[in-house]
Amino acid sequence: MEHGSFTNNSHASFTLAEEDHTLANAVRFMLNQDPRVTLAGYSIPHPSLDRVNIRVQTTGDPAREVLKDACQELMLMNRHVRSVFDKAVAEFKVEQARLKAEEEEREKAKEELKKQREQLESMDIEGN
Amino acid sequence: MAKEEEVEIVRIVTDEEKTFAKNFNINDLPDIPTGLPPHLELQRTRVVCKNDAPIHTSSVVYSGAYNAVGVDNSVKLENFSENFKVNVISSSEDGMDMEFDMIGINAAIANAFRRILLAELPSMAIEKVFVANNTSLVQDEVLAQRLGLVPIAADPRLFDYISESDQPNEKNTIVFKLHARCERGEPRLKVLTEELIWLPNGSEMVKESGESTSSKPKTFTSFSRSQDSFPEFAENPISPSNLDILIAKLGPGQEIELEAHAVKGIGKTHAKWSPVGTAWYRMLPEVILLKEFEGKEAENLVKACPVKVFDIEDMGKGRKRATVAQPRKCTLCRECLREEFGVPIVKPKVKPVKDEGKDKETQIERKEWIDNVALHRVKNHFIFKIESTGSLPPEVLFTEAVKILEDKCERVIADLS
Ligand code: SF4
Repeated sequence: MEHGSFTNNSHASFTLAEEDHTLANAVRFMLNQDPRVTLAGYSIPHPSLDRVNIRVQTTGDPAREVLKDACQELMLMNRHVRSVFDKAVAEFKVEQARLKAEEEEREKAKEELKKQREQLESMDIEGN
Repeated sequence: MAKEEEVEIVRIVTDEEKTFAKNFNINDLPDIPTGLPPHLELQRTRVVCKNDAPIHTSSVVYSGAYNAVGVDNSVKLENFSENFKVNVISSSEDGMDMEFDMIGINAAIANAFRRILLAELPSMAIEKVFVANNTSLVQDEVLAQRLGLVPIAADPRLFDYISESDQPNEKNTIVFKLHARCERGEPRLKVLTEELIWLPNGSEMVKESGESTSSKPKTFTSFSRSQDSFPEFAENPISPSNLDILIAKLGPGQEIELEAHAVKGIGKTHAKWSPVGTAWYRMLPEVILLKEFEGKEAENLVKACPVKVFDIEDMGKGRKRATVAQPRKCTLCRECLREEFGVPIVKPKVKPVKDEGKDKETQIERKEWIDNVALHRVKNHFIFKIESTGSLPPEVLFTEAVKILEDKCERVIADLS
């Protein structure tokens, strides 16, 4: 919901229902990163109300569009975060599997060596 | 006279000069330093921990904050994509705890992820308990509360939310039964979560009021098919994620018989639905030695740090120097900022009687803190830790959290269009 004026659409407040600091703080950050924005802030009018007010003032562009752009940007950022995170996890899992395989290999080699040594020892005893 | 001057001015500015003026940019000049001066850069990217309190704790978010020095402070998507990095550091044996580094992101967004992980990701938890018999010391309501907090290993994405008007069915309810009895003459019995038995066919309790006109007796759920006929549950039956949680203790002759219905919910409604034990982050510590620590002093410094951040490096010829070996471990206890590292603070025993004595006391107090080491925190490097309660592995939880934030943005955009 938007509370603005008819004559000047570069200043407006927005009320988002069923949102809290989670979204509002992130959106405020994105808004402040936009050079078109002169002021951006948010507040929760009362702790028992499930809503948040976001204030946007711009240098001239419609506040509504600027807020939309901020959300869009945040969404794209999230998409990027997700892809990078998934890639990192996949890499980690591959690496982990490799390390485990190596460890097993080493164990096996050790076992083998031990066996051979035992064999040798027993042969020695037999020789004596 | 005035006309003459005008003519002269026109003559002075040649075409060449005009184009030069048009393309002129102060940043193109060779001697203009680019980037932020070091003290501002430190302020922007680090929290500096002084011996009494940290400074530069807020992040500079305004895009035009450094316009005066010709630096753009806005995070463009391209820059973000280039700089953002994730490193997975460790994951526990059972895969339910994970630690990873998120580099190049602002606290506002990292915090949004954390908040969503804690409060807005769904999971399954016991919401209704039908007590048939409870002669234990634990009252019904306390027992129900304890059962509610038991984490359940079931993928919440496979279930629907249940509303007031909904009939509990196989898509929105998981039913467990618990029947434990301590026989007379037996020692006291511990009732653990392993006694919660999954009922894939739904409730077995018959409603008393319903007249049994149909062949099937009316129960508290109406499952149209058995849950273990779903391919997801056929292989791995649903159970609490930890089987050794104590629910109650029974004395000889005591008995508990109940049925528990688990439904889907989010942590905002009640903490029992939070899919994580904790999800938290901290900024990467950065420890810098402000002077050379050699010999005895180096040893003292190494000894002072309780988490072994420092180490001793051999420089040959018997000289030893302190180095920062594991800055990640720093807990910011600030022990290393004290002059006599590791020595407990000793207050003067004698009460200061005269002015002279007072002076002495203040002197000693002031000498307890000095700047040996600079303690920083990197503002855009987060060490994130997620401890899942067992319904989903942490990496899935995190991606789900990011998706939720995406959905929120989408909703706002849709509302505004
Ligand atoms: S602040 Fe504490 S933990 Fe950190 S380096 Fe100093 S002594 Fe070690």
